[in-house]
Amino acid sequence: MAEPIVSVRNVSRRYPGGVTAVDNVSVDIMQNEFFALLGPSGCGKTTLLRMISGLDTPSEGHIFIGGEDMAFTPPNKRPTNMVFQSYAVFPHMTVADNVAYGLKVTGVAADEIKRRVGEALEQVKLSHLADRKPDQMSGGQRQRVALARALVKRPKVLLLDEPLSALDAKLRDDMRLELTRLQQEVGITFIIVTHDQDEALSMATRIAVMEKGAIRQLATPAELYEQPTSRFVADFIGKVNLFEADVVSQKGKAVICNAKGLGKMNLTSDKACGAKVTIAVRPEKLKLARVAPKAEGLVKTEAKVRDVGYFGDWSEVVADMPNGQPVSVNVQNDKRDGNTGLKRGDKVWITWAPSDSLVLTE
Amino acid sequence: MAQQLKPGTGPLEFGNRRWLQSLFAATIFVLYLPILVLIAFSFNEQNRGGVWKGFTLENYPKAWNNQSIFDAMVNSLTIAVITTLVATVIGTMVAVMMWRFRFPMKPAYEAAMGLPIVIPEICMGVALLLFFNASGIMNFFSHLIWPLNLSTIIIAHIAFCFPFVAIVVRSRLVGFNKQLEEASRDLGANEWQTFTQVLVPYMKPGIIAGALLAFTLSLDDFVITFFTSGPETVTFPVKIYSMVKTGVKYEVNAASTVLIIITIVATVLAMKLQSPEKAGH
Amino acid sequence: MDDWKANARAFWTLATPGTIWLVIFFLIPLGYLLALSFSEKAVIDGQVSVNDYTYFTGIANYLRSLNPDIISIFIRTLWWSALATAACLLIGYPIAFLICFLPERSRPLALLMIVLPFWINLLIRTYALKSVMGTRGVINTVIGWVGIGPIDMLGTTPAVIFGLVYVFLPFMILPLYSTIERLDKSYLEASLDLGATQFQTFRKVTLPLTMPGIITGVILVFIPCLGMFLISDELGGTTSWMIGNVIQAQFGASNDWPFGSALSFVLMLLTIIVLVLQWAYQRKSKGVGAG
Repeated sequence: MAEPIVSVRNVSRRYPGGVTAVDNVSVDIMQNEFFALLGPSGCGKTTLLRMISGLDTPSEGHIFIGGEDMAFTPPNKRPTNMVFQSYAVFPHMTVADNVAYGLKVTGVAADEIKRRVGEALEQVKLSHLADRKPDQMSGGQRQRVALARALVKRPKVLLLDEPLSALDAKLRDDMRLELTRLQQEVGITFIIVTHDQDEALSMATRIAVMEKGAIRQLATPAELYEQPTSRFVADFIGKVNLFEADVVSQKGKAVICNAKGLGKMNLTSDKACGAKVTIAVRPEKLKLARVAPKAEGLVKTEAKVRDVGYFGDWSEVVADMPNGQPVSVNVQNDKRDGNTGLKRGDKVWITWAPSDSLVLTE
Repeated sequence: MAQQLKPGTGPLEFGNRRWLQSLFAATIFVLYLPILVLIAFSFNEQNRGGVWKGFTLENYPKAWNNQSIFDAMVNSLTIAVITTLVATVIGTMVAVMMWRFRFPMKPAYEAAMGLPIVIPEICMGVALLLFFNASGIMNFFSHLIWPLNLSTIIIAHIAFCFPFVAIVVRSRLVGFNKQLEEASRDLGANEWQTFTQVLVPYMKPGIIAGALLAFTLSLDDFVITFFTSGPETVTFPVKIYSMVKTGVKYEVNAASTVLIIITIVATVLAMKLQSPEKAGH
Repeated sequence: MDDWKANARAFWTLATPGTIWLVIFFLIPLGYLLALSFSEKAVIDGQVSVNDYTYFTGIANYLRSLNPDIISIFIRTLWWSALATAACLLIGYPIAFLICFLPERSRPLALLMIVLPFWINLLIRTYALKSVMGTRGVINTVIGWVGIGPIDMLGTTPAVIFGLVYVFLPFMILPLYSTIERLDKSYLEASLDLGATQFQTFRKVTLPLTMPGIITGVILVFIPCLGMFLISDELGGTTSWMIGNVIQAQFGASNDWPFGSALSFVLMLLTIIVLVLQWAYQRKSKGVGAG
């Protein structure tokens, strides 16, 4: 089992006044991973990133980078480099000088600087702008300067703070591919911080979902989506339908629940369920029909269509159950006229296989 | 390994650096010591000399009753009030004009407007002295009754104050959303109504700040007043100057303390009025 | 922004009062000053007149200002102003820096404490300084308790320089604070992250990016220092004359107004040269924003 490149052990960050930004977090990040810290604003992900970079220090805990505890080492002495959210490209220097900066201040020889800067600019495709000043460049170009500037230092870990948030939609897609390609080409560990689950799901190999200073779940993107272990994660990642249910009985992994408005369901759970659970179902796992389905063993409910949102290749149908709870169903528009044909007030039946439901205990 | 950081602090937290804090404290101490001593001595029982005799309030009524000090104070305040009124109006008009219009030679005009602010006060004072003398204005006004005999000083003060007001109001105008003006026009208001009901209320914090600035500049001015006051018109700063030359009594301290308090109140007011601006009035 | 012709009436209404005041009570007096500088006292019946002048007699007054005594005073004025400005910068920059990094709510208070003395009357501050530095002032009294002194502080060059710094320090701190405050701190973080030490960061990032504020502060201190006469008069002695004192004397005891006018104009010229240098520097480089 390889040694993690970054090992965060029991790190907390507290501020005077009682605020705790990071609460006893431990996580191991392996070499060559594309790791994401994902969560809503205020969850502590940026604070944690900054503590790894050295721009902030923990109130307690250890941060091992490459095997050495560097929790209190100044940032200029750590083998990490950061790409800031605002890029922080020095406005009074040219692109080439910006990229060379980190090498100059650490005393690298002039000809080696020239060579490495040339390589770095090639890598981010900015060689033709080497003598430009940042104020004459677009946001996307400045971001690439920031990337080149950090990568030329050959850090063990590259930290990126909300790398795609300032870009427009098209640029964002391009950058997403760019970053994944770059990470594999350069072969170093990337740690990104983001509040955008699309960013995290599409780029990262593993994601730590954070809430209120703690990691709620650490898993691959697919695992997080299909097997969230809490309401928070299920709701934060993608869309989900949540139903409250009382536990009737549990024998080992078999759990019998009575869900509000849905009646009895036979489900499975790896955990001990207690008295109440939440049942989660992803909208694409649900099926819509105009007539009551005849198949046995399916979970089913009547509903009245409240709204249909058209998104081109799919539509989102929101329908209210008899008890008032709204249910969201994703429908592929695979018919010739690309339309669900549903409108507000229509009566429909929603069904799904019980095995497509998740039992959430927290 | 180079020095380590302390837990819970970042490398850029300069607010915690001891040497910076000490420098700040030492500077504050040096800045305030003379002023505090001056205020303290205004309560000194002994009339002059450097020794502390005892606490008393009598210097204050003495200052009030000292005719020349009292006259000087009244003169200073009168000049300041009139100057403020006129300079604020003129300065605001200039600010609106500069903000609103393009015109030929505008950069030259702006530079000319900035001249009273940048050239050394002594040059302006001297120039005005010459002008008032040669043109007979000095002669004309100094024989008139109060407050007209202060006119030369007032004219001079207005001349160097209104460019300051213009700058303050202009920087306030920079933040004005033109769409408010257009909306007003769109709703049927004419030029004058738009000006008084949309533009002026927006400018108000800037106008008040500019007025307070003009007030303190005028109240505190020494150099220009020194050169433009006639033989019988003495303002408070000029009075202190002559008293320091002839030997000070602590009544001067008392009067100075009063002036300090007036200045502080005006300044704090000006600063308070600047902050609502930031809250996006 | 509209062209003035678009609303000529509003334009003229707004422009007239300020322009008239500026022309009549500023530009014309300056013009008269210039005229007088080329003039001399009239000689009537063999007697040098006290109040009458013969205008435009030549550049005699300017030639007089080239005489070594006057030149040395000019040099002294420039040198002392430079010293005072440098001292203000060396003390003011760290203080402005500190205030910028204090917690948000402490900043206005710290700034107010620094700026408040600036708002107090110059005369009062100078008088206060004088009484503290006098032979029977507070300083000498205190060091007298430990048996030192009394030290003769007034009438010396250091006293004048100290007085200048004392009076002008807030003028330096305010523009510095304004520029440093606007500096995006992530530039500093990026520099540290890339391997630079605190000192390297200061030299290569902070200093260049705050240069506009430094220039503004330097101008706001240096130029008024040039024209100062009060501080050197009160705190210095007869050997501490600055050019301002010489000019003042021409309009007072020496009663040589034409000469005083010429000297004033030379002083203004110096001021304008300094401003032009600053303007040229600003055009050449870019910092954190135009000040």
